[in-house]
Amino acid sequence: MNNNSKMNNDSKNHLIKSLEKGIRFDGRKLTDYRKVVVETGVSKNAEGSARVKFGDTEVVAGVKMMMEKPYPDTPEQGVIMVNAEFLPMASPEFESGPPGIDSIELSRVVDRGIRESKAIDLKKLCLKKGEKVWMVSIDICTINADGNLLDASALAALAALQNARFPEYVDDEVNYKKHTDEKLPMDKLPLPVTIHKIGNFFIVDPSREEEHGVEARLTITSTEKGIICALQKGGATLTNDEVAQMLELALEKSTELRKYF
Amino acid sequence: MSYTKRIDGRKFNETRPISAKTGVIKNADGSASFTIGNTTAYAAVYGPRNLYPKFLQNPSTGILRCNYNMMPFSGMGDRVRPGPSRRSKEISMVTQKALLPVLDLKDFPNAVVDVFIELVETDAGSRCAGICAASMALADAGVKMRDLVVAVSVGKVDDKVVVDLDYNEEAYKDGPVADIPLAIIPSTGEISLLQMDGEVTKEELIEALSEGQKIVAELYEVQKNALKERYSSKTVQE
Amino acid sequence: MGKLMTQDKTIVVPGETLAEGMDYLPGNGTYRLGDKILAGKVGLICVEGRALKLIPLSGAYAPKRNDVIIAKVIDVAISGWRFDTNSAYSAMLSVKDATSEYIARGSNLTQYFDLGDYVTTKITNVTSQKLVDLTTKGPGLNKLRGGRVIKVNAYKVPRIIGKQGSMVSLIKNATGCKIIVGQNGLIWINGEPESEIIVVEAIKMIQGNSHIRGLTDMVKEFLEKKGCKTDAPAEAGATEKPSEKKFVKGESQ
Repeated sequence: MNNNSKMNNDSKNHLIKSLEKGIRFDGRKLTDYRKVVVETGVSKNAEGSARVKFGDTEVVAGVKMMMEKPYPDTPEQGVIMVNAEFLPMASPEFESGPPGIDSIELSRVVDRGIRESKAIDLKKLCLKKGEKVWMVSIDICTINADGNLLDASALAALAALQNARFPEYVDDEVNYKKHTDEKLPMDKLPLPVTIHKIGNFFIVDPSREEEHGVEARLTITSTEKGIICALQKGGATLTNDEVAQMLELALEKSTELRKYF
Repeated sequence: MSYTKRIDGRKFNETRPISAKTGVIKNADGSASFTIGNTTAYAAVYGPRNLYPKFLQNPSTGILRCNYNMMPFSGMGDRVRPGPSRRSKEISMVTQKALLPVLDLKDFPNAVVDVFIELVETDAGSRCAGICAASMALADAGVKMRDLVVAVSVGKVDDKVVVDLDYNEEAYKDGPVADIPLAIIPSTGEISLLQMDGEVTKEELIEALSEGQKIVAELYEVQKNALKERYSSKTVQE
Repeated sequence: MGKLMTQDKTIVVPGETLAEGMDYLPGNGTYRLGDKILAGKVGLICVEGRALKLIPLSGAYAPKRNDVIIAKVIDVAISGWRFDTNSAYSAMLSVKDATSEYIARGSNLTQYFDLGDYVTTKITNVTSQKLVDLTTKGPGLNKLRGGRVIKVNAYKVPRIIGKQGSMVSLIKNATGCKIIVGQNGLIWINGEPESEIIVVEAIKMIQGNSHIRGLTDMVKEFLEKKGCKTDAPAEAGATEKPSEKKFVKGESQ
């Protein structure tokens, strides 16, 4: 029943009427985030974990590390893998079954930010060239989906990576019961901010209801130095001018979100 | 050898610390979380709602569907591959059977009540935590039910009957271990889930079951308080 | 002698013992087990003489005949529309029950009600198998234009409406918003953006405090704190009954 998830024109016009006055259905200004809560170490068996809430949106991310054989084309590099599960627990709109395109897109966008910014030095994850490297998998699970899952998930993934400690590795075996003090070799925070366009307005951190009225969106991932390391456009077309405005807003918001680290 | 003292220092009939909360998932019609030691389960209830495909519908009553899932990072060892496994399918099935006896879904012919159980972290006893959370979530959803369902594992480690085994006890190497997940309907004492792995004598099993019955009231109290807290709260903003 | 194990107006949960002995009688939402009476739902207990009654505090909306609900179009079929009723069952509105106007066979039904439209509609029939029929013939039954729809717990609807509509009128008058409360827990609000936010907050407040005495005063106080006048005569349009406008086609307005 996905054809119902779009807002009809009437409802959308009503939303735009509100945005014209500079306020949203929940009283926020156009570029306000909802209350952001970041909590780390929420799942003790994971090497690192974090819970992020944007208002009623809640996600949990966990990091597991395994010792694996590297890919033949990168024998000296560890592996990073990002996966997102849109659990049916989190929304009546989510169904059980293999990952849908939305969760695949989300995990790829989060992955791209981390990979392209070279936030983690993959060479440092190599124990023995061609034989032993750490494989770091980041799994993002939705608890409650009320809009802007992407930004919340990325924040959770980064917080979980920062929270992660290597497990002990002795006699060719990983001992998950003991963790060392060693952190992941991560020196950047590639933080995505998604700007959404409704009518002629740009908003951040939409609720699920607002998302149903969104025409276009642009996810802009940037590092603390303002270097843009990944983009993802969705929905309708955008002009150069609009992209410029969205970039400006995204960079401003990413600075704001960084204070949670 | 004799198991004279539990690894984590608990009394033999003592559970790990328990906490519970309801209304934790805003989108759901009912929800709860249940934590016992380092095992945390979330449960969300959606429904009664439309059931498709149509051949699954039952014209005389609503049906209950349960889905148990471990988050990929929640396990004690390696990452758990996402998606259903033989283990998770079996647990989903026994969970459904454990909960169904208290429910009355006759007012909802052809419809379904979906229960999604997600484990955020596990340290043994995850199916029991899931059942505890699910029964609270069903009550929170306003489903007609004659009782909550309480679940806890009992069993033995070496020569001692114990309540609520944790992972270290399940993995005890110096003697036989039995783990018996149990679900009980508090008002009648009926057992709605009973499984076991390990080895145990007839006498030990009977003793373990009676230890299980003794702990029921304590767990029910936790569930009850969590539900009452949600509905008495004067500032609740849904 | 029978013994009451609970008090009037307490919140109880399934399986909780409410009374012992045969002196008490199990009412709605409770049941007898041996010589005890137990709760069969989460709810608020009412002791009425010897009878124990449980008022549910949560649960899905169950469609009932003659209920006026707000429903959303989820399918446009050959001879009518299928609606989501915010319950376990969808409902059908057939062309003949939609309007007294003549609609030719094979005409484009989306010009009347299109996917995603919200409509105020009345339930005309519910079968044992929960097939639900709707009508939009009648005063106030119409497509909802503009505005927005929020969802509340259907069990709180009576408190949101209040005695003879007193609560909802209070909010309408104070905020100048148009409000329609569906029995199924969907509420349509249309007004100035700032006012709508006050309405939503007031409704949340009623939802969270529905079993508290003096709720009206609490809401009044809240509205006044937000700068609304609660004793002023109704602003134009605010108290207007659901319009009795004739059925109009989607395009014609």
